[in-house]
Amino acid sequence: MTDVLVVSELIDGGLRKNTLTAVTLAKQVAEGTGGAFDILAIGAGAKNAATELAKFGARKVFVAEIGGGYFAEKYAPTVADVAKKGSYGVVTACASTYGKDLLPRVAAKLAAANISDISAAKIDGGKVVYKRPMYAGNVFGWTSPTTAVACVGVRQSEFVGAVAGGGASAVEEVAVSTDAAAARVEFVGLESQKSARPELTEAATVVSGGRALKSGENFKLVLEPLVDAMGAAMGASRAAVDAGYVPGDLQVGQTGKVVAPKLYVAVGISGAIQHLAGMKGSKVIVAINKDKEAPIAQVADYFLVADLFKAVPEMAEKVKALKAQG
Amino acid sequence: MKILVPVKRVCDPDHANKVKLSADGSAVTSDGLEWKPNPFDEYAVEAALRLNENAPKNEKLGETIVVSLGSADVAQTLRQALAMGADRGILVEANDAQLDSSVVARALKAIVDKEKPDLVLMGKQTVDGDSNAVGQMLAEQLGWPMATFAMTISTTDGGKTLTVGREVDTGVLTLKLTLPAVVTVDLRIVAPTAIKNGATPADHKYNEGARYASLKGIMQAKKKPIDQSKLADLGIDTATTASYAKFELPAARSGSTVFVETVDDLLAKLRNDAKAI
Repeated sequence: MTDVLVVSELIDGGLRKNTLTAVTLAKQVAEGTGGAFDILAIGAGAKNAATELAKFGARKVFVAEIGGGYFAEKYAPTVADVAKKGSYGVVTACASTYGKDLLPRVAAKLAAANISDISAAKIDGGKVVYKRPMYAGNVFGWTSPTTAVACVGVRQSEFVGAVAGGGASAVEEVAVSTDAAAARVEFVGLESQKSARPELTEAATVVSGGRALKSGENFKLVLEPLVDAMGAAMGASRAAVDAGYVPGDLQVGQTGKVVAPKLYVAVGISGAIQHLAGMKGSKVIVAINKDKEAPIAQVADYFLVADLFKAVPEMAEKVKALKAQG
Repeated sequence: MKILVPVKRVCDPDHANKVKLSADGSAVTSDGLEWKPNPFDEYAVEAALRLNENAPKNEKLGETIVVSLGSADVAQTLRQALAMGADRGILVEANDAQLDSSVVARALKAIVDKEKPDLVLMGKQTVDGDSNAVGQMLAEQLGWPMATFAMTISTTDGGKTLTVGREVDTGVLTLKLTLPAVVTVDLRIVAPTAIKNGATPADHKYNEGARYASLKGIMQAKKKPIDQSKLADLGIDTATTASYAKFELPAARSGSTVFVETVDDLLAKLRNDAKAI
């Protein structure tokens, strides 16, 4: 029997949807081992998020309202204390940059194993075994903790977010704990790029551009019309980000974001290993590239061999026309 | 300042798709692949050197110590960092099978307790295990503040604090840490103006990426000290916290790529065959 604690991620004073992928793991583990799962809403807006989180069938939703910006030193003591009090076998969160930052710090507090970025879990003889990508997604390892507690990060692109159902959870406020390290950190600020497009890690379609676009201006003039015609999120290769064409939060890859949309369109991207690591879980992959020998062909289902500067505007127009027809 | 930089060797990340498994799937083998420094660790060495120098004057401002755990061969990885400009090395001999994030964090804590650096600067993750955990665990064990995914670092308050820009999902999150601290770096830490140390002029532009070792650097590195010890000598708990039962290679994608020449052909296939639009 393994009880699970889900640690929420909040954004703009409310729930960030990626939290629900960790709820999915929690349900699987709790159901598979005959345990229960609880959720800890923590951060600025925790009370607000708890109302939402109470709809997923958790035994309890704990609330730790902590104002100001996030840093791990401020949250970890409370997460660890709630985890200890409830004797959870698994403490889980989405393996976003938030979860990756926070969970290992909590793991060290609990002398727990830290199992990062899992892509699947199975219950084997009452024990939970986790599958996780290694070597930039070129190997999967099946691992299990040898400790009583494990902190587990859930790879968002590999888990479907839980849907509401299963009755209302009891909501309970918990005390906020602190430790000395937090006093040595000052939150200066968070600079966010706001976009009207879908979020990269959640979009059904992603259109990414590479260095072959040649400039930031071409991302706007050439790529963006296709992105918007397809109702897609925009991504980029590391080379395009390094060249300064687009900001770093658009980067898809081993460094950057891991995406697995229904349709991934790689425009002018050669397909370096570290880029493939971030997108090869996509359902259908399209490459648009002049060079049919480019390594992106290893993962592409469809490969349009063409000059992107001619093909992409044409495709944007034709997709728009197709969508208009319905 | 005194900076400790942990470095690990990994099998050539540019050929990570060539790693294989043992016949029974119990181990990953990288036979035939070259060992390379973990790229993020190399960036951490570069960042440490930039923090510890007045670049135009070619003047050293602090000590940079590199540390590695592994077989005796990792001395070569340490020498590469020494050739870039680090001052001395620490090699802790251990079997790779004995090491996981927790053990490495405890070993590094023992070294930090002895060396008392102002800053531990390290890669955000190694590109073999891809765990991204050691820095955070080390910071917690030390009771130190941390900043992960660092893309910029500036020394502030006369060197008592570091202001670190973290590259997070939602943008850039800036923290100010009171030293000593742990910082893990992301790849943009080696951008031309990512590091400001108050000595190198603020408008100084480095070349993109980690510096190459000069011939002189390589010669000097041969004479720089590497302190050797064994994992057992550190007096730490060496129990791992997780074990791997088996490994598998990812399922191949559909296998065949359909090449097309026209946008019309592509759209027809996406609509009719793949049902993707």
